[in-house]
Amino acid sequence: MADLAAPIAAPVAARATFASVATALRVRYFGTPLNAVITLVCLYVLYKMLPPILGWAVFDAHWTGTAAQCREARSGACWAFIDEKFWFAVFGLYPYELRWRPATMLSLFSVMVGLSLFRRLWSKQLIYGWLAASVLMFVLMDGTFFGVEIFGTQVPTRLWGGLTVTVFIAVFGLATGYPVAILLALGRRSHMPVVKWFCVAVIECVRGVPLVTIIFMAAIMLPLFLPAGMTIDRLFRIQFAYTIFSAAYLAEVVRGGLQGLGRGQYEAAESLGLNYAQKMRLIVLPQALKMTIPAQVNTFIGLFKDTTLVVIVGIFDFFTTLRAALGDPNWMGFPNEAYVFAALTYFILCFGMSKYSQRLERDLSPETRR
Amino acid sequence: MKFATIFAASAAAFFVFAPAAVLAGPALDAIKQRGTLRCGVQGPGNPGFGVPDTQGRWSGFNVDICRAVAISIFNDPSKVEFVPVTTQSRFPALASGEVDMLSNNTTWTLTRDTNVNRFNFPAIVFYDGQAMMVPRRLNVTSARGLNGATVCVQPGTTTELNLADYFRQHNMTFRPVVVADLDELRRTYDAGRCDVYTNDFAALAAQRTLLTNPRDHVILPERVSKEPLGPAIRQGDEELSNLVAWTVFALIDAEEMGITSANVDQIAASSTNPVVRRLLGAEGNMGESIGAANALYARTIIKTVGNYGEIFERHIGTNTPLGLERGQNNVWTKGGLLYAPPAR
Repeated sequence: MADLAAPIAAPVAARATFASVATALRVRYFGTPLNAVITLVCLYVLYKMLPPILGWAVFDAHWTGTAAQCREARSGACWAFIDEKFWFAVFGLYPYELRWRPATMLSLFSVMVGLSLFRRLWSKQLIYGWLAASVLMFVLMDGTFFGVEIFGTQVPTRLWGGLTVTVFIAVFGLATGYPVAILLALGRRSHMPVVKWFCVAVIECVRGVPLVTIIFMAAIMLPLFLPAGMTIDRLFRIQFAYTIFSAAYLAEVVRGGLQGLGRGQYEAAESLGLNYAQKMRLIVLPQALKMTIPAQVNTFIGLFKDTTLVVIVGIFDFFTTLRAALGDPNWMGFPNEAYVFAALTYFILCFGMSKYSQRLERDLSPETRR
Repeated sequence: MKFATIFAASAAAFFVFAPAAVLAGPALDAIKQRGTLRCGVQGPGNPGFGVPDTQGRWSGFNVDICRAVAISIFNDPSKVEFVPVTTQSRFPALASGEVDMLSNNTTWTLTRDTNVNRFNFPAIVFYDGQAMMVPRRLNVTSARGLNGATVCVQPGTTTELNLADYFRQHNMTFRPVVVADLDELRRTYDAGRCDVYTNDFAALAAQRTLLTNPRDHVILPERVSKEPLGPAIRQGDEELSNLVAWTVFALIDAEEMGITSANVDQIAASSTNPVVRRLLGAEGNMGESIGAANALYARTIIKTVGNYGEIFERHIGTNTPLGLERGQNNVWTKGGLLYAPPAR
């Protein structure tokens, strides 16, 4: 199909670039009476909505100053609120004097993500790099390494917060959940009944209950059942719950890929004399995982946004921290600014993920490129 | 498979330990052994009562109560960890021992205090209650004059039920305007779509600060319901209960006797009043009786966080954005309900 469409599509694109802007507009937006009506209605809505929105968000907005100045003006957004609370939203309750630690951790994380974006750098070294960076990031946040103070006093996870904790939960949850998901997906298609039914049970049980319930179990119920004197850190309990949850969902996505792959691929691998591990690692999984990139990213984005649910057990993720900032008596009354800021932040992160996955999909599939 | 091991372990923990879920020893011993008091405060934050500031440090009325208790236990206001809890997670957090004490505007009720939940409320620190706010221009001075009014109220709450009870009890009628979201409800009232806005007093005061012209609105003196708020602990530790209660009483007694953070040292040195001298540890052994770390616990508390009135005025009083009047939350000698048993 792709080959047939290509020669037709190309001249259209070429013509559009050379045609005058007016022609393009006429053809695209006023081509038929219905299109013309839709265009006019949209223009009218924009005409009505844009000026007040822009006025509020940009022209009448206050970018710096105090809450009192914002309240006095009574018009436009008070971005001074975000200016004041920005770093609080990033670091949450983390001790103020030690904020350089989560800041370093986030920078390190960004560098690692930046490096990982380039497919040329994908290698075993990068995986080792991530492992080393993960340990370092944890030590930075905690401050100690097996009880030895390295970066000053220990900061318990209770005080971790803000965007740092959102990123922490999402990245470590997905990074640890992903391998588990692959194992669960393979297990579910296994011919060994015990393995198969165990994986089915885990996937179905976890998918059968909402994330809120699992988080609540992990945070509230689990400590009641632990033997006296034994405690597991609250953030780690949540992290564990989140990991199983993401694993169960990703497992089904991966299974979709495994089933979507033609029988011929499995048979070809077997006819080459590859054993099970080789067959999966070299032939099946690379294709199955590549095929399901859109579905995986869909799940990633959903799970990333689900991190906001940790609020119910009192963990200060990014969104909760912003809401806490709203409770500051000196800065009360700017919920719109906070929610717009939160929406923008989540949008930028999710849209980034989405865009990158599209590029990755294209790069990994030279055979479908037109 | 590591995952399977953990799963099996947690499943085993579920079945093996569920019937035997008991806490080791009295709570106070555990707190002393740990070296910090874990105080459950409202997360994401409750304006005036407990919110983290821009630098992430907690401050507020309930937060200072925690600090005062930490002084009693450790003679050190910094030995307290603030654990944010939510309305949903607060009781499980207390029951499981994740926090030692809740200081988050929890109402003392029968079911919470008795065997249903097995908690204990050593003292009341704030008398809240459902109140009604009206625009000043209506010239209403009492809730009894609200016959036929339109009332903005959150649906499905005890607030709504109390409201109906109150009007029926006084043979009055009202027209409810129900809006679920608190911000939306406030805007509805601000736009003049109802005459009355009802909620708990402290919440109402916080909402008032967000109106277009807060000064044009007055909260009527009637209280439609009783909401006594106080720190909550688990049942089964009399020592901790006494210590929390007498910490709160010290704050109240200090205000009643006119002892403030500014004059406490001077009064301790010069007072001849035996009641004052006993409270401040100049004579008697009150500190030892309540199990405080230091005989001068009350003196340190007052010097650090102030007396009850100072805490109130600093965080929620008339000079703060919340702007609460003392009202019922004044010492009994000034017409309020705060009444502490004598320290002797």
